[in-house]
Amino acid sequence: MSIEIQGINKFFDKFQALHDINLTIPDGQLTALLGPSGSGKTTLLRIIAGLETPEEGRIRFSGRDVTDLHVRDRRVGFVFQHYALFRHMTVAENVAFGLNVLPRKERPGKPEIRKRVKDLLEMVQLEHLADRYPAQLSGGQKQRIALARAMAMRPEILLLDEPFGALDAKVRKDLRRWLRSLHDELHFTSVFVTHDQEEALELSDQVVVMSNGRIEQVDTPLELYGRPDSRFVFEFLGQVNVLSGRIGDGVMRQGDAWIRLPEGCENDDAQLYLRPHEVRLTQAASDQAHLPFRIEAINLIGAEVRIELKPDGWECEELWEVGISHTEFNARQPQRGDRCFAVPDVGHLFCEHAAEPKTLEWR
Amino acid sequence: MAARKHRRVGDSPLVRRTLIGLAVVLTVLLLFMPLVLIFVQAFAEGWAGYVSNILNEYTLHAIGLTLVVALLTVPLNMVFGVFLAWLVTRFRFPGRKLLTTLIDIPFAVSPVVAGLLFLLLYGSNGWVGQWLGEYDIQLMFSWPGIVMVTVFVTCPFVARELIPLMQQQGREEEEAGVVLGASGWQLFRRVTLPNIRWALLYGVILTNARAVGEFGAVSVVSGNIRGETNTLPLQVELLYQDYNTVGAFAASSLLAGIALITLVVKAIVEWRQSRN
Repeated sequence: MSIEIQGINKFFDKFQALHDINLTIPDGQLTALLGPSGSGKTTLLRIIAGLETPEEGRIRFSGRDVTDLHVRDRRVGFVFQHYALFRHMTVAENVAFGLNVLPRKERPGKPEIRKRVKDLLEMVQLEHLADRYPAQLSGGQKQRIALARAMAMRPEILLLDEPFGALDAKVRKDLRRWLRSLHDELHFTSVFVTHDQEEALELSDQVVVMSNGRIEQVDTPLELYGRPDSRFVFEFLGQVNVLSGRIGDGVMRQGDAWIRLPEGCENDDAQLYLRPHEVRLTQAASDQAHLPFRIEAINLIGAEVRIELKPDGWECEELWEVGISHTEFNARQPQRGDRCFAVPDVGHLFCEHAAEPKTLEWR
Repeated sequence: MAARKHRRVGDSPLVRRTLIGLAVVLTVLLLFMPLVLIFVQAFAEGWAGYVSNILNEYTLHAIGLTLVVALLTVPLNMVFGVFLAWLVTRFRFPGRKLLTTLIDIPFAVSPVVAGLLFLLLYGSNGWVGQWLGEYDIQLMFSWPGIVMVTVFVTCPFVARELIPLMQQQGREEEEAGVVLGASGWQLFRRVTLPNIRWALLYGVILTNARAVGEFGAVSVVSGNIRGETNTLPLQVELLYQDYNTVGAFAASSLLAGIALITLVVKAIVEWRQSRN
């Protein structure tokens, strides 16, 4: 079931939480609403569910207008950030709740309900906890029970509010994979809210980046990471190295730093954005770029060695960060305080007088 | 020396013993002795005297009236309290903060003043009372008036117990219920009520204790008609003014008994509440 969102405006008193949101969430896909806190992503999710009412705009499920339909009649599955399990009910009673409150003529018989609950608990691999109370479960278990409870009504739309926010890193990773495989198996349309870029990029088919109640960009994870539309999206999706300067005669300069730009760059004030993996570190400056640094810190933990760099003879707001392989690190043995140079392979140029960023390549 | 090092402020044995001793003496003098004295006085004429005092026509009537008042007040305030707590914790509307403050008015106002206010409004010369008088309805100096002031005096108890709890529990569980298709009533019965039942019971116990024992407001609106509008606390005072000390204490012992039962039930409920 696809979800069409059209011209949604939402106010909380005088504060406008959402500005004219237009968005289509395709059938059967996993879509992430990504943004910092206060960006309106949870409000949008709650509007889709019917837990909040927008002042303006329409919501359609596969073309059917549901804007004025009550939450309880929208038949969506909703997983709350803090699980919201019924604390006085056992796990089995929690999962059966949706079935038990159905009007008598639609309600399945007791044995049928028991069987459905058993199947759902098997699906989340927690059959053995059926008689426990929520307080006796771990965070990951609670989350899976919350999912089973939401799935009990066989919704075609599943909405998840920061589903992994309150879990520790290891459990989060397991659950993420599990949700992905569950989604691939059952093919419902899911929307989940997150502030974790990695989670959004890893899990979803489509990412909606939001900030200040507006949609910044809607794209596949690959496109979004490779070709961000705006400075905000660029900065929000991972580490970024920035060189601010002035372009003159095809060269961008600031202090001792300069970089030769490919053909066709107008004279302007500009910022060059570079991802850590788009930059190489060298002992000497090349003829295309002169970006001197001092090594400020070296972080060995992880698949790559992360090196923090402080500009030498020019300025930037935040330290640069470059990743090199452990093999390269062992071969060169850089030390804190060493002088080195950065050579970009790919960069994204944001000019003051241009609407669109430009992707540059030097290779 | 080593022991001294670990001592905290106010931990010296002298301070500790003085404070504990003072607390014990005060408890015995102010709380325990009077309670014992009630029963000693009540049984001053022996068991038979006690029973005959209780079975006094007017005392029996007072017991009956007190029970009627409690039976009407408690359910009314239970429903009202739940409704109010639900309103204040689950909805945002202008004047919500003001309402939360207004709930406490019956606690802030002296019961005698509350009684006088009701008399002023509903008495035969009052604004509403005059109008009601034209239809031959008399509220003051009869049992409806007593119930009205008792409801007023005890109405904050349930809401005050529920509001902090419901605020702390939040509305997520109710939202989860409604997304799963529960109707308003199903939501209340299956999700909200089970979560608040112990606090609700606690509020009901307190309401009941106060409804049974209320003196000031009731004494203003009842008119003290023996055998007609006398509740148990008023009967105690009347008996005492008639120099029937033993009778007064016998009636008091009933109130004290209710108080003791209340304390026991309250302790049990508190224990259950802390376990949940």
